[in-house]
Amino acid sequence: MNHIMAIVEREMRKFFRSPALMLASMIFPLVQLVILGNAFGGKIRDARVAIVDQDGGTQALKIREAFDSVRANIRTFVPVYYDNEKHAVEDVRNGKLDGAVIIPPQFSRRVYEDNHPQIALVVDNSDNFMSSALESELTDLTNALNQPTVEPRILQQTALSIVELYPYIEYMKYLLPGSLTLAMFVSVMIGGGMLYIDDKARGVHEGYLVTPITKLELVLGLNAAGAIKAVMTGVIICVIGALISGVNTIFNPVTMLGLLVMIVLTSLAFNTMMFLLMVRIEDPLVPRAMFGILNTLLFFPSGAIYPIQAFPPWLRGIAEVDPFSYAVDGFKCLLLKETTLAAVWGDMLFLSIFAAVTLGIAIPLFKRTL
Amino acid sequence: MIADVNAKANDGTYLSTTRAIEVEHIVKKYGDFTAVDDVSFYVNDGEIFGLLGPNGAGKSTLIRMMTTLIPITAGRALIGGHDVAKDPDAARRMIGVIPQALTSDLDLTVEENLNIYAKLYDVPAKERKRSIDELLGLVDLTKWRDAQTKTLSGGMRRRLEIARGLVHHPKIFFLDEPTTGLDPVSRVAVWEMLGNIKNQRQLTILITTHYMDEADRLCDRIAIVDHGKLVALDAPMALKKSVPGSNVIEAQFENFPGDWEQRLRTLADVTSVQHEGAGMYRVLTGNGSRTTTELVEMAVAAGVAVKSLSVQNTTLDDVFVHYTGRQLRDELQKAYAFVMPQRPGLQP
Repeated sequence: MNHIMAIVEREMRKFFRSPALMLASMIFPLVQLVILGNAFGGKIRDARVAIVDQDGGTQALKIREAFDSVRANIRTFVPVYYDNEKHAVEDVRNGKLDGAVIIPPQFSRRVYEDNHPQIALVVDNSDNFMSSALESELTDLTNALNQPTVEPRILQQTALSIVELYPYIEYMKYLLPGSLTLAMFVSVMIGGGMLYIDDKARGVHEGYLVTPITKLELVLGLNAAGAIKAVMTGVIICVIGALISGVNTIFNPVTMLGLLVMIVLTSLAFNTMMFLLMVRIEDPLVPRAMFGILNTLLFFPSGAIYPIQAFPPWLRGIAEVDPFSYAVDGFKCLLLKETTLAAVWGDMLFLSIFAAVTLGIAIPLFKRTL
Repeated sequence: MIADVNAKANDGTYLSTTRAIEVEHIVKKYGDFTAVDDVSFYVNDGEIFGLLGPNGAGKSTLIRMMTTLIPITAGRALIGGHDVAKDPDAARRMIGVIPQALTSDLDLTVEENLNIYAKLYDVPAKERKRSIDELLGLVDLTKWRDAQTKTLSGGMRRRLEIARGLVHHPKIFFLDEPTTGLDPVSRVAVWEMLGNIKNQRQLTILITTHYMDEADRLCDRIAIVDHGKLVALDAPMALKKSVPGSNVIEAQFENFPGDWEQRLRTLADVTSVQHEGAGMYRVLTGNGSRTTTELVEMAVAAGVAVKSLSVQNTTLDDVFVHYTGRQLRDELQKAYAFVMPQRPGLQP
């Protein structure tokens, strides 16, 4: 035990003497929380949409009035009137416009004749988010135009009434569990990955290896030190992130306890995973090169910034075994839904088993010699 | 060929014959490459034993096998009677090791560095402070105990590493090229310190070096290692005596004839002549003054200009030449040239 504590003491002293590293592991997730939270949180406003009216009839006029109504109210788009369809499409293609609505000749007549009247929406589908927003808005608009002026006696459609369990969650709040998880991952990547390999390359481990410390003590000491650094980062980011994004649930004592357990288990799982990945690595460039890959491979499929339910099956497969997914889910439950510990025990169990398995594999792989 | 005498010190006295280290037919292979090839030697209690050789000779590999850092392919090494392969922890408790690189934590203070290692070696809490106080005095770092290691000079950091290796009172002390990279003043300071420490703590010291003066000054016995093999082992004086000729004349000539080397061999008492290029000749002789006189007379008679001339006693470099056919300093220059070949004209 004394040997393990000596390793932990050494790592902690180094950690506190290098505030730049400590800050680096915290600033990145906080910046992400603030920037992404604000950048992705809003709705589309003032998109430029061309209207090419080749009909000029009364039904076309109704559509133009509906567009002007959108401009005056929810401002999803601003209509720009074009005479020439070709010019409008060309301007969508070169980025001057976000979309174009073409009202073809004879549109009004087809409406009166009930002869499949159509209007066309030309969208720049290289930007899925923008094209989806325009499609959705235009679908609503055409549905409204299609409403009969006289209501039928019997309502033929089933109405869906939506009940929201929680108050509206802004995107920044939605992002907080992911940012908190990411902060611990960055801490582990720096404190447990890069510094570990740097120490190896500098010969610090050579110093350990000539002492009577056992292989198990050395592995446990290095992992405990890495996990403690991640726990400290997690606690700090949890408090600062909650304050920035206005999540007040952290002040509930039960939630606080749950968060602490989740932070400890996440830190352990991440650190043992990193240790396993680094256990046979000698080159200090490798963890730096792996940082981007691991970040993409583990963070993005976790549901931290986009729901897992929207993923294709193979990506869901990654999410199933990704410890990030369970950490994000646990933090989401505790921070956003104020659930009891019973709701997150599955996440806690997965993280505990993941830590035990990765450590169990890493120990025999760890070399007690150079 | 191994010329061996039993634990004879520089002053000619015989030391205790209890063996601190025994290495028997030790081999280290990396795939097809043999880094250490069937090396055997022993180090007596209280001895300072040197492994001398160029970079890549296998010195560090040898020391790493003895200190349990790398597995032994064949043969065995006993440290304080403990087989390093069978009972590595017992061997580790006997030894202090100073690796070639400076590995103390730069962010930690001098005292913190020592304290961490004292804990790793299970030095009891009560003893730790007293031991660290004593060691800091021994390596002259008492007033730097609270300084962060990154503020120390290279020489001071090396002294800290020496203290770190002694924090648990080892019986046997391994130092892998302890003065590499240090300035001449720091090197001398480290030598003096090692001498004092050895006497005060009754240590056995095994040191690797490629500095001939270091080996000559510090070591009771020296093993010359080349290409993974042990080519000579004896006390420094005995090694020098084993080389034919007691003086070395280094002379540079201009306008010399093609058979100049043969003519130099005909001079009185000359045992060997080596042309080192650029008109520089290295002549081993049993009588430096007589050969020098004859050499100058022969040069004048042949119209050969003598650009420079020096006479010195036989050195360990001559011993290395004698046993390997190459000069140690040339080997080192090759090694350095390999490291920094980019800038033309830059000499190590």
